[in-house]
Amino acid sequence: MIPKGKAAAKLKIQVLAGGISHERDISLKSGRRVADALTEFGATVVIREPDSKLLANIAADKPDVIWPVLHGASGEDGALRDILTLTGVPFVGATPEAARLAWDKSIAKILVARAGIQTPPSITLPKETFRELDAESVLSSVTASIALPVVVKPARGGSAQGVSIVTKIEDLNRAMVDAYVYCDVVIIEKLIEGTELALSVIDLGAGPIALPAVEVVPRKGHFSFDERYTAGETDYFIPARLDAKTTEAARKVAVTAHEVLGLRHLSRIDMIVDANGIVWFLEANVLPGLTETSLLPMAITASGNSLGEVYYNLAEAAKRG
Amino acid sequence: MSNEQQQGNNLDSWLDAYAARAETLAVSEVRALFSVVSRPEVVSLAGGMPYVSALPQELLAKAYNDMMAKKGNLAIQYGGGQGDLVLRDQIRELMALEGIQSSVEDLVITTGSQHGLDLLSGLFLDKGDVVVAEGPSYVGALGIFRHYEADVEHVYTDHDGMSPEALQETITKLKAQGRKIKFLYLVPNFANPSGVTLSAERRPRILEICKREHILIIEDNPYGLLYFDKPVPDALRAVEEEGVVYLGSFSKILAPGFRVGYVLAPPAIRDKMVLAQESALLCPSSFTQMMISEYLANADWKGQIDTFRGVYKERKDAALAAMNEYLPDLHTTRPDGGFYLWVTLPDGVDSKAMLPLAVKELVAYTPGTAFYGDGTGQNKLRVCYSYPTPENIKVGIKRLANVINLQTELLETFKGR
Repeated sequence: MIPKGKAAAKLKIQVLAGGISHERDISLKSGRRVADALTEFGATVVIREPDSKLLANIAADKPDVIWPVLHGASGEDGALRDILTLTGVPFVGATPEAARLAWDKSIAKILVARAGIQTPPSITLPKETFRELDAESVLSSVTASIALPVVVKPARGGSAQGVSIVTKIEDLNRAMVDAYVYCDVVIIEKLIEGTELALSVIDLGAGPIALPAVEVVPRKGHFSFDERYTAGETDYFIPARLDAKTTEAARKVAVTAHEVLGLRHLSRIDMIVDANGIVWFLEANVLPGLTETSLLPMAITASGNSLGEVYYNLAEAAKRG
Repeated sequence: MSNEQQQGNNLDSWLDAYAARAETLAVSEVRALFSVVSRPEVVSLAGGMPYVSALPQELLAKAYNDMMAKKGNLAIQYGGGQGDLVLRDQIRELMALEGIQSSVEDLVITTGSQHGLDLLSGLFLDKGDVVVAEGPSYVGALGIFRHYEADVEHVYTDHDGMSPEALQETITKLKAQGRKIKFLYLVPNFANPSGVTLSAERRPRILEICKREHILIIEDNPYGLLYFDKPVPDALRAVEEEGVVYLGSFSKILAPGFRVGYVLAPPAIRDKMVLAQESALLCPSSFTQMMISEYLANADWKGQIDTFRGVYKERKDAALAAMNEYLPDLHTTRPDGGFYLWVTLPDGVDSKAMLPLAVKELVAYTPGTAFYGDGTGQNKLRVCYSYPTPENIKVGIKRLANVINLQTELLETFKGR
């Protein structure tokens, strides 16, 4: 359980939302939700864009804590977090170093695998690979090694943007192009069929705790952008319909991944449980979606806590350092 | 309850209660990507926004002050369902510029012409009906037709507008299939998105075909007065009264924030429109109607339209010059007015799939598929030059060229299989 309690003096919090990534729209929605929840809990909140006035706004607002709700590049890749570190104002979420490791799915997979967690076989292909090597032969050898079906996805990015599931070899080229328009590095990963889970991890200073597992069951196809952000397109089961042993294994994967990636305060770890009950790590989310259809707020509510209180406690945890 | 028996939460308690047509309303990734256009770093060639900064705010401030002094209490009261009588009379003068003679009785003021089109669609369209339209056609209209569960049949359109021969073929084909064609939807002047104008030679032929085939024409004309050098041919409604419903708007010749448009319809249709409007929203905004009425009565609105023409001509020239400099091999339309260039991409380049790359390179455009109801238009895109400055248009098209080159290289790399 997340410790309950309120600070005697309410914090002044600057929420950063928007940015210029492909996920700007989601960030704006997440940011407004976080700001509303914090305000309702009693915090003094101002929402700002991370734009050319970022530093001036921080100097003018003099926040106790910055709550970055930025998805996608700059928000999750560590760059903006470096700048926030320079300001000396405590901020919620991963350090720049941890963000860099977790944000790149290919690096995250390596680090998590080293901790003994299963992650689907994959290959990471920077666009430059194809300057010298013929795409046809490269992809042929990839599919000889990783049999279809595969997931093709940008190595960096979120909200399932640029992600394709390829079941037929003739669709692979198109999937590569669709992923490269989002990111210059693409992962081809073996598709693991099974129960799709999202486990949110919260750390208020006493160590990371996995919130109840959310089982994701899209009504049609896969958990793509539309299924994520259109209410009614996906069924969510909280807690997930798993036996106790598998539930515990999933929690362990979530907390271990959060720790080995050095994440801080909050994260969401996405995974699949296959028919044999094996839990496969897919990716870590440095700053998970916090919209009305997002998984972390769902898990907080299911754990019996209020969003405002948890978001506020995260800000306090950041302030304590 | 065991884990296996628990119910999923779909986050929408009323999913089982929606009308079937709500199925057409869903979020989209492309729409989400457009969120970046509000950032100053991004040159947006996407949204069709008028350059309202060319409209002196003093003119509006004066109109507001005068209007409130003269009839403030009326302006903040409910009005008639058909719209303000004084404004309707002034609109007659406006429409006369395009050859239209009309009675105030046949005019209905609407909340933008978009609302007029929605009211008409509600009156005419049943599920499975067919709307015939240019190919490409206005995305906002297609959205309405989709919402009323009608199918859109596009007709071949070239630099002179809709082809009468293709229209006849389409009608013949649809009738042979037993389909019910409810109306022909046309944007005859500087069309959105193509920028083309229906030629004077084709207009009577289109009218003749529709009259013979008993097909109502909806003539949507928001851009007609925004010509660069010479006025457009007379409106279809100027020639044919019974078979044409005419939609006009103040969004492009004044400002879209007022949300005032108008519909000129044959009396029987007009009656139903007024009743439908009263049913939907009681009346259009008295406040914005009276503001516009005051503006038309006392400001040099014709001079202001001239100012807009000059602004948009300069921007069109900048856009075409930049296309010529950075994308000389691509075909683009060369409009004589309005807001848009319609660009044909190299074979195989899908403008919708390319959009994330464009966002990364800080330029936005509207993918061609948005302007077709049948999923085609992949290798087309719309460039809107009305809002960015000429300097930014050049920067935006230079970035667009880079994006197209990157995408072409990517497609070349993965062309196998």
